[in-house]
Amino acid sequence: MAGAVEPPSPHMFPFCIDPSTLPDGQWLACYLTSGKHMAFYASFGTVLLLLAVTAPVALAFGFGGAVAARSHFAPLRWFGKGYTAIVRGVPDIVFFLFFVIALDQAFEWLRHQIKCPDWDAPVRQGNDFIVCTEAKLPLSASPQWVHEVYGFSLAVLTFAIVFGAFAANVLYGAMRAVPKAQIETAEAYGMSHRQSFWRILVPQMWIYALPGLSNLWMILIKATPLLFLLGVEDIVYWARELGGAKTNAFTYPHPDWRLWYFLGLLVFYLGLTKVSEIVLTRLNRRLSHGQATAAGEALRNQVTA
Amino acid sequence: MKHLILTTAALALSAGMGVAQDVVRMGTEGAYPPYNFINDNGEVDGFERELGDELCARAKLSCEWVINDWDSIIPNLVSGNYDTIIAGMSITDERDEVIDFTQNYLQPDPSNFLAISKDADLKTGVIATQTNTIHSSYISTTDATLVEFATPDETIAAVKNGEVDAVLADQDYLRPIAEQDAELMVVGEPIMLGGGVGMGVRESDTDLKAKMDAAITSMKKDGTLNTMIKKWFGDDALTF
Repeated sequence: MAGAVEPPSPHMFPFCIDPSTLPDGQWLACYLTSGKHMAFYASFGTVLLLLAVTAPVALAFGFGGAVAARSHFAPLRWFGKGYTAIVRGVPDIVFFLFFVIALDQAFEWLRHQIKCPDWDAPVRQGNDFIVCTEAKLPLSASPQWVHEVYGFSLAVLTFAIVFGAFAANVLYGAMRAVPKAQIETAEAYGMSHRQSFWRILVPQMWIYALPGLSNLWMILIKATPLLFLLGVEDIVYWARELGGAKTNAFTYPHPDWRLWYFLGLLVFYLGLTKVSEIVLTRLNRRLSHGQATAAGEALRNQVTA
Repeated sequence: MKHLILTTAALALSAGMGVAQDVVRMGTEGAYPPYNFINDNGEVDGFERELGDELCARAKLSCEWVINDWDSIIPNLVSGNYDTIIAGMSITDERDEVIDFTQNYLQPDPSNFLAISKDADLKTGVIATQTNTIHSSYISTTDATLVEFATPDETIAAVKNGEVDAVLADQDYLRPIAEQDAELMVVGEPIMLGGGVGMGVRESDTDLKAKMDAAITSMKKDGTLNTMIKKWFGDDALTF
């Protein structure tokens, strides 16, 4: 997957015409507002967007996987168990490197079959993977942003499949942790299997799933630099690119400053995980209300005391 | 009737195809100044940017620049994510088995060692190179210990912090660094490696290869290629 070339941006300050003659403070101001730095700042948004999109999609995959693994219909159960076992067993990096290329080629191959049925040349010619021009995804003629959105979507899908498998395992355990008496009572009231699942089991399982899911969320935050492996220009890509020593071929020559850029990333990631912890603690408190758990009991005592 | 509709659809598709083929996606690394780099505006810049734009203009193609890691630059060409590699890539037999090259647009350039000390051990010491380069394959045939890095910039950083004894890379990449960094110096004898730099294309893309070859020939004939080489690599650079 290939990345983008950002369009040039005009200088923010009027004095940035010839940076080599500027005093240090102004030089730094110009340097930090260069077009390349703007792309760096924008890439923080890319990471946050990835998290915002991937988390719900992975949760949906996990829910689907957990439901499938509990199914009474054997093939569906095998699928659910197989999904969690295989994806959890394969190293992330292998998965990311293999899967994205395979997925991309699978999509193009499908489109090739549908759009160019008359094509007689083989799709694999030696090392080359060739589909007809209309089957390319995205089309070669599409603007660069389409290529970027496509690459990003592939990344979201890959992250969602990987984290969905872990989430499936967590939710599977959480569903089993809901006291059996609850389900039995529901059925005694005449609820169908489906009704007791949606009205009794699902609302109560979250408190058991939360510790596992919050762990996964933290790992997902830390895994976002894998975007870089997928060719999406994320904050790690730009930090390495900007931090590297620059010769006079560049407008702003400087020695190796990677340490400072990576220090910035450290602060960003620590900040993000800190905020997450605060939110997750609150969520845990809210979900514990009225639950037959130790935390729920503690809350009840607070109210009555 | 049904047949007629299908034919019309096929015609419409092939008409669309003609337009689509005119966009050539140019893959480069963007981390190897002065060959190719990302300038402070965030655009691809350098010798190969100027050359590539000129070649596309002469071949009447509209080109789009794409950056990709060096490590996966050949696999991504082969699987069709872009159509050319224009990234200071030397023509070697090993690469020629996987992809095709146009004629060379740069002469074979001597490779140099760069170190922080005059008596760096080049024979049996630790030498840094970028992965999958002519330099890494050369060092692996010698008695020296090879340490590979993903980007050229990291090889220089490794020399500076003493992780390796020296770095082996193209002379034209090392020269500006040696001139501008008082700590670093070129050591040992230059080595001739590779068959010059050419543009990589898919083996099945014979049409594009022919167009680019013709454009390179025309730039060699009217001297514009030599002017461009001197502009980016200095007056001493080898020309055609």
